[in-house]
Parts: sequence; C-alpha cells; structure tokens
Amino acid sequence: MSIGAEPHPRGIRQTMSDLHIWAGLLTGWFLYAMFLTGTVSYFKDELSQWMRPELQHQAEVPDPAGVARRIVDELQVIAPGSTQWSVGVPDARNNVANAFWRVPGAEGRRAFQSATFDPTTGHKVSSRETAGGDFFYRFHFQFHYMPVLWGRWLAGFCAMFMLVAIVSGVITHKKIFVDFFTFRWGKGQRSWLDAHNALSVFGLPFHAMITYTGLVTLMALYMPWGSQTAFKTPAERQQLIAELSAFIQPGKPSGQKAALAPVEDMVRQAQARWGHDNINRVTITHGGDAAARVSVSRGDQGRASVSPQYMLFEGSTGQLLETKDHVGPAAETRGVMYALHLGRFGDTVTRWLYFIVSLAGTAMVGTGLVMWTVKRRQKLPNPDKPYFGFRVVERLNIAAIAGLSIAMAGMLWANRLLPTDLPDRAAWEIHTFFIVWGLMCVHAVLRPAKRAWLEQLWLATAALALLPLVNVFTTQRPLWRSLAEGDWVFAGVDGMLWALAALHAMLAIRTARHSAKVRPARRATPLRPTPSSAGERA
Amino acid sequence: MTAVLDRARSVGPLLSRIAAAVFGGYGLAALGSVAALALPMDKTQAVITGALASFAIYAGAVVWVFAVRSARRAWAGLLIAAVPLGLAAWSVWSGGAAA
Repeated sequence: MSIGAEPHPRGIRQTMSDLHIWAGLLTGWFLYAMFLTGTVSYFKDELSQWMRPELQHQAEVPDPAGVARRIVDELQVIAPGSTQWSVGVPDARNNVANAFWRVPGAEGRRAFQSATFDPTTGHKVSSRETAGGDFFYRFHFQFHYMPVLWGRWLAGFCAMFMLVAIVSGVITHKKIFVDFFTFRWGKGQRSWLDAHNALSVFGLPFHAMITYTGLVTLMALYMPWGSQTAFKTPAERQQLIAELSAFIQPGKPSGQKAALAPVEDMVRQAQARWGHDNINRVTITHGGDAAARVSVSRGDQGRASVSPQYMLFEGSTGQLLETKDHVGPAAETRGVMYALHLGRFGDTVTRWLYFIVSLAGTAMVGTGLVMWTVKRRQKLPNPDKPYFGFRVVERLNIAAIAGLSIAMAGMLWANRLLPTDLPDRAAWEIHTFFIVWGLMCVHAVLRPAKRAWLEQLWLATAALALLPLVNVFTTQRPLWRSLAEGDWVFAGVDGMLWALAALHAMLAIRTARHSAKVRPARRATPLRPTPSSAGERA
Repeated sequence: MTAVLDRARSVGPLLSRIAAAVFGGYGLAALGSVAALALPMDKTQAVITGALASFAIYAGAVVWVFAVRSARRAWAGLLIAAVPLGLAAWSVWSGGAAA
C-alpha cells in the first residue's frame, strides 16, 4: 500500500502496477459478477425461452404487424387510460412479446408495469412466472435489493475502476505482446500470472471496448452536467432524448376521444421500409385520444448502431408524420458504442464470439483476484495463520467465483422445481439465487480455503451437469426431443450447461493438483522470497 | 503520539491522492463534459460528445494522480488541466446567461 509514500519516488511501472492491483482488488468481486452475468446475457433471450418450458419452440417468427395488433387490442382491455404503451415484438431469438405501460398517477419505480404476452393469442403468457434471462441482464448493471439508481451508480463506479485497471495494466506491461506468447503451465504463481496476462492481452481490445461502452450506456446518468448546462427547458431536453432513444414521450392529450387507427397498417409501412422481421417496438402515447401518436421502431438487423430509427404516425388517422432515420454524428458514435456493447447486431456466430471473449474477460478478472492471494501466500510469515486481510480476500474469492456459479445454477434449479402456483414465484427464483450465494459465502468462511474451493467447484459442476436431467423430469422438453425437433434453443442451453459443468470440473481438478504440488515446496521454504520482479507485478 | 503522527504522515498523502483520483478526477471529467459545449458544433451533438469523452478524461486523471511523484503534484496537475476546461465551460455558462 505504498502508492502514497512520498520519500521514495518509484518507477512509473511500479506505481501503475500498484494502481492496477488495488483498483482491481477493491472492485474485483463486483466486476467478476458483472462480467459473468453480463456474459450470460448475450444469450438472455435463449435463456428466457429455456426458463419458460411451457411455451412451444418458435419455428417461424410471427408477423410483427399481426402481433402488434393483438397486443395493442389486449392492452386496451388490461391497461385502459394509460398514457403510454410500448410493445416489443418477437424476433428470431424471442418467442414472446413484451409490453410495458405507464400506470396512471404513479411515480418513480411503480410508474411502469410490464408483462409477457403470447404472440399468437395476444393474451398474457400461460407459463411459469419467471424473470428469465432478464434477471442476469439487469443484475449486471444495477444489481438487486437496492434502488435501481444506486445499483447503476455502483456499477458505474466499478466500471470506472475497471477502466483504470485496464489502462494501468497496459502501462505495467511494456512487454505486453511478448508476454502473450510466454506461457508457463503448472508453475504455480507464474502460471496464474501468465494465464492472467494471456487472457487480458487476447481480449484487450474487447475488454477496453466493453468497459468503455458499458459506461456509455448509462452516460446520461453518470455525466448529466453537459445537458443540464445546455438545456434549460423540457422541450430542449426533448431534442437530446430524440437523438438517443426511439422511445417517444407522451405529450399533452387533447381530451377529445378518437379511436386508434389500425396499428397493423402502420407496422406494415415500417416493414416495407426496413424488412419484414426488422421491427423492434411499437410505442403508443395517449391511445384513444385525438392526440395519440404511434411510433414503430426499427430492429437491430443490418446495422451496428442502436440510434433511434422510427416512423411516427398520427394515432387517430394512421397518417405518417415523420420518418426518423438518422441522428447527428456524435449521437451516431454513441449509438454504435452502445450497439457494440450489446452485440445484438450480429448473427449467431458473432454472439458466440462475444460470449467466448467475454468469458475470457470474466476469467481475466477471476485470475487477477486469485493471483492476489497466490502471490501473497508465498510471503506469509506463517502460512497456517494468515493475516485477516488475506483471509478476507481468500474467502471472498471463493464465494465470488465458485459460489456465483452455484448461485446462478441454483436459480435455474428453482425455475424448474418451485411450484408453478407459488405466489411471487419470479421473485422467489431470484431470492433462491441470493440465498444460495449467501450459503456459499458462509461455507467459504467455515471451511479450510483449499477444501472450500474444491467443494464449491465440484458442487458447481454437479449443479450444472444435473440441470439437463432435472429438465427431463420436470418438463416435456427432454434433450432427445429437442434434438429430434431441431429445437436448438433448448438443446443449446442443455449442451451449454454440460460444457460449463466440464469447465468447472476442469478447474476443480487443476485446483486439486495445484495444492498437491505447491504445499510441500512451501513447507520446505516458508520464507522464500517471491521471484517476481517489478515488471511482472501484474 | 509520534506513532500516530507518523502514520498520518504516511497515510495522509495516500488519502489525498485517492480523493484527487475519485473526486478530482470526476470533477475534471464533469468540467470537460461542459467545456465540450464550447465546440463549434450543434448543441445536442456537443452534449453527447462531452459525455462520451468524459470517461477518458476521468481515466486519464486517475492514472495521472498515481503516476506523479507526490500528492501535491497530483492535485497541481488536475488544477492546471482544469484551467482551460474551466475557461471553456465558463464561456458557455456566461453565454447561456446572456442568451
């Protein structure tokens, strides 16, 4: 902790190394959880499908125009008098329609309600209540059990630390690309260091991109000062919002009743412009009023940007008022950065690449955390009784890394095993996630560190490997049926669970070997100085 | 007593640097995001440009704070960087008040 020590000026790489270590350590556990749940979120739509096994595999994308008509009809029944409805139509990866609407007279968090709809009937889906893959997605930038804004600030704080850790990590490694080709398997600390370096360098452009663009997704929250200085009135602020989002805001209602013109026809016009399945959302403000507006926004296909592109219609007549198809250069830059973070523009291959590199990013954070203890264990005066801080890091690492895998698997178990008529079922799936994680924390504290690692890694292996079997016994969608029917979503998730189980088994086996090798050596020379030099302090 | 003083002497500069990094860095980034409004471009685009660039300013400031030899230099660097940004931001503020 000598970054502040004034009398001994030290080299830039040394100070950057210290900065890297502390920035990484202090937020590492949050960053690991953000990275892993974010990684999984690249397949959140597939995971959501897997978590609603009652819904049939979607062989063909239903016509967005028809879906929009059915859902809007339904919303007129279940949410009359709302000033704003917004319908997300299904696409190739999503077999349900999502809608949210403004609750009249409500403020803040309760201002919106949402539901999942069956695209073919237009009614709310008749499947188990679940947050689906959306839970991991939301958790990765706003956590849970705390106000959304606090969670987002915390995520931003951690992301900023990550950015600093990346920059300082690069400065620390002047030989960064040479190091990439140096890999010393089975050499204790050196192997952890090399693994950390290789993972970092391999994905460096991606990690830097994903961290910076992550900050960009919430920049209006983190850096509101420019817009507050520039814009004094809501109307001016509206100009900015229009550059960032296709989500039209409700203006003033006229007070005159007027039936909504057929939404289907408006969606058809948008389809003619962007393609049959290239529709994202249909948003309606003041439906039923003469001042109603309908916006139909473009899907993610064929462009690496999330900048707003939409067609705006007059609700009562169905007349096209405006076609927004471009934004200013800075707004487009932001749209591209946002899209790069989401990775939704690409096909399945792109998504797999995102998933793999992002998993490497998760491993980068994980190996960094583990290395902190591996390095310091060699310097411990008495390895059997390490100092308090060391034990805290050691135990938190176990719960944050191995424990998180078990908690995430635990949520999927809860999805299959909780009774379908349980009140607040979706919330209980999430509670299960945190209960399991908490138990893993307790376990990590109570057991000897090495045992705790092994036990949790093997438990994670079992929890993941058994899930496809649980799926066989609790649903009508066993793996052989999925394969026979060409249902690649279910077969893919089941297969992925086994692949992840194998990964955890591999980690467990390596951890077991690692301890066997290091222990005798350390006992022989407990005070052996570390061989690391300044340049290798990653 | 001297032990406490010694500790304060060794921890103080570190705390000072952490404050410079976390709060000073954010302040500089926020100032930068306002200063961007002075750029000769559309106001809306300038707002977005400022926000996009602010995280780079923040990261750069943090690295600067820990790279230099002393906490005093760290703060001095931030202040020097703040002068041009502050002038640009001030021109926007005063311009906004006049308009």
